[in-house]
Amino acid sequence: MRLRYVVPALVFAVLAAVFALYLHQVGSGGKNIAEVPSVFIERAAPPLALPPIEGMTGGLASADLGGRAVLVNVFASWCPPCRAEHPLLMRLAREGVLVYGINVKDKPADAKAFLAELGNPFARIGADRQGRAAIDWGVYGYPETFVVDRDSRIRYRHVGAITERDLETVIRPLLARLAR
Amino acid sequence: MIPELGVFALAVAFVVTLVQSTVPLLGAARGDARLMAVGSAAATAQLLFIAVAFAILTLAYVRSDFSVANVAENSHTLKPLLYRITGVWGNHEGSMVLWVLILAAFGWTVAALGHNLPPSLKARVLAVQGIIGALFLAFILFTSNPFERIVPVPVEGRGLNPLLQDPGLAFHPPFLYLGYVGFSMAFAFAVAALIEGRVDPAWARWVRPWTLAAWCALTVGIALGSWWAYYELGWGGFWFWDPVENASFLPWLVGTALLHSAIVVEKRDALKTWTVLLAIITFGLSLLGTFLVRSGVLTSVHSFAVDPARGVFILGILILLLGGAFALYAARAPALKGGGLFAPVSREGALVLNNLLLCTAAAVVLVGTLYPLVLDAFGGGKVSVGPPFFNLTFVPIMVPTLLAVVVGAMLSWKRGDLAGVMGRLWLAAGAAGLVAVATLGLGGLRHALAALGFALAVWLVVGIAVDLAARLGLGTVGARDCLRRAAKLPRSAWGMAVAHAGLGVVVAGITASAHWQVEELRLLRPGETVALASYAVTFDGARQVRGPNYSAWEGRLVVRDGDRLVATLLPQKRFYPAEGQTTTEAAIHTTWLADIYVVLGKAEEGGAWSVRLYHNPLVPWIWVGAVVMALGGMLSLSDRRHRVGAPRRAARAGSEPSAAKA
Repeated sequence: MRLRYVVPALVFAVLAAVFALYLHQVGSGGKNIAEVPSVFIERAAPPLALPPIEGMTGGLASADLGGRAVLVNVFASWCPPCRAEHPLLMRLAREGVLVYGINVKDKPADAKAFLAELGNPFARIGADRQGRAAIDWGVYGYPETFVVDRDSRIRYRHVGAITERDLETVIRPLLARLAR
Repeated sequence: MIPELGVFALAVAFVVTLVQSTVPLLGAARGDARLMAVGSAAATAQLLFIAVAFAILTLAYVRSDFSVANVAENSHTLKPLLYRITGVWGNHEGSMVLWVLILAAFGWTVAALGHNLPPSLKARVLAVQGIIGALFLAFILFTSNPFERIVPVPVEGRGLNPLLQDPGLAFHPPFLYLGYVGFSMAFAFAVAALIEGRVDPAWARWVRPWTLAAWCALTVGIALGSWWAYYELGWGGFWFWDPVENASFLPWLVGTALLHSAIVVEKRDALKTWTVLLAIITFGLSLLGTFLVRSGVLTSVHSFAVDPARGVFILGILILLLGGAFALYAARAPALKGGGLFAPVSREGALVLNNLLLCTAAAVVLVGTLYPLVLDAFGGGKVSVGPPFFNLTFVPIMVPTLLAVVVGAMLSWKRGDLAGVMGRLWLAAGAAGLVAVATLGLGGLRHALAALGFALAVWLVVGIAVDLAARLGLGTVGARDCLRRAAKLPRSAWGMAVAHAGLGVVVAGITASAHWQVEELRLLRPGETVALASYAVTFDGARQVRGPNYSAWEGRLVVRDGDRLVATLLPQKRFYPAEGQTTTEAAIHTTWLADIYVVLGKAEEGGAWSVRLYHNPLVPWIWVGAVVMALGGMLSLSDRRHRVGAPRRAARAGSEPSAAKA
């Protein structure tokens, strides 16, 4: 075996070793090569101008946001996980957290029946019959929950139903921080 | 239920590749024809099952089946059908399925068209293809299942990165993969030859068509990617020396070298071990690109979702395939005996020079690409290596390369007559000198580099024209004789001339756009006019428009040349709410001699907008030239001698003087 025929294998071995080292650092080593923040976080909440659900009062507009921290929940009566997380929203509302709702692609009667059955935790509800607001807010699954601070900036976004654990580890601490 | 069938099809394909990678090898070792024949059947079955899986995934995208996590994450009901389909490969998992589909298709061509390959070589090539397929199918099945379900089922998908919703990019990955994966054929032939312990001109003739096809596809793929970056990213540039761009450029450079060195093996039975090594390295660099893009070790606009676990798997594949191939090379290459000797000044000598220069260029690009990674791995901090480094290192290597292209193509085999060739090239040298002097005269000394670039472009195109004219006997024989000679000239000779001329066009485009780009960044109020090169551009204001899945601000700019209306440009700044992303859609008016390129920036107070305007001379030539290069490659590919179906007749044609000149 002449030496020059081994050179490619040796060069490759060194390269592979460096790659392995770097992969280890980036992977289990926890090295962060680039923090890519989510697009909506720390941005102003997208504009809202929603009428109330037919037969109810309220409605939700950009002017309603700001002033104090608020939870914005995107829900629909036809969405089973929304039903599942509803008790948690009720509990938050009882504790004095301001909760707003965006009711998406729902029939007014269905939405009202949903709230009559499970309770209404929302201080204001905007009806988004066409789902345009949901698109503007980048919603892709229901339910979805946003925390908007007193300067109308989105501080947290949760996709899917909130669980007890999300509430204790993320949402409550964040709301407490924002209230200060 | 249907998506589960997709997983099942992939699993079956995986089992098939396991058979394909072992049984034919055993057959070849024992000389058992029946076992060797299993390779062809397995390759066909593999293609079939992967095609089924790919079709099922595509169907899930077309139907917007959001119960499949991959579809939910990358598609949206509002997305046009075309982009729902191209969304299949716009993400990591789906693109891997396309990857193995192309791999299987290439493998199948050996099974279907390679009936006159020596049975043992064919069996071993198919086995190596089977090993590659098995590794990547395992990668898909164990780390990147594209058919994974999601609970609860989202009512709407998360969409596709809006930057990717674009015709240029929709078809960029398939071409790129055709190129990357196509080089696996060269790799498989190289490994099979090492196992056989035999490399001969026939081997080179079988390797070349696949390498050429892969090279053409990669050329188009890179050009599409650069075109997309040019009009979509809105920076007015076409190449950024981004690590991922480099990752696609590296196999192209070494693949180009391979293409040329294989000619020497075919014609002169020399450079065998070198060509085998190049074949391994070319595919190795394709795999390296895959690793860099998908492992999350690099950050780039092009990177897929970061997941180091996948990186570990791909590194494992890299080590198995390349480590194995290099070890085999170390053990078996010394036994491959070189053939004919040749003088340094000869066609072979020129091709060796071509190889040295291209490989040096590739090494430089590789170092520039990996340096930040290596430095960071050893705690040296974060650096980025950008255009200044590459301009200083890569460009100087290209100058002698381009000079040599014309001369090398005119030298004869074994022993060339450099003085004679230079004597025939006086016209090209004169034209190049004239262009250089004219450029310097118009622009002064600071345009010395531009003068050099233009001179090289002219040297290439005129030099090739002179060579072609001499071969056709233009000016010495009658028109009818000329036409007869043109018809008799092998297509590979035409292909070479066209590809090299395309290179000249690319060089001219790069030179002009790099040196004479005019950039204006202005704050424009409606009605305001700005001068750009010889044009007057008037801003008419901006209005809001809505697209199927985005809303946008659309500016209106009217371009006039004196009193003549040249174009109305409508650049957009789009917002895709589902993805929460903003994109700029540059508006471009091309005259083929230059582009007027306008990007809408931010709205400022009082109805004013910041607008960036560019005048990019000759920039379309870059992509036209690249397409011409690929066409040249295809022309050469259509040469009868390269058809796998006709190797025996080709063997005779190879010894005829007229073909030998090609």
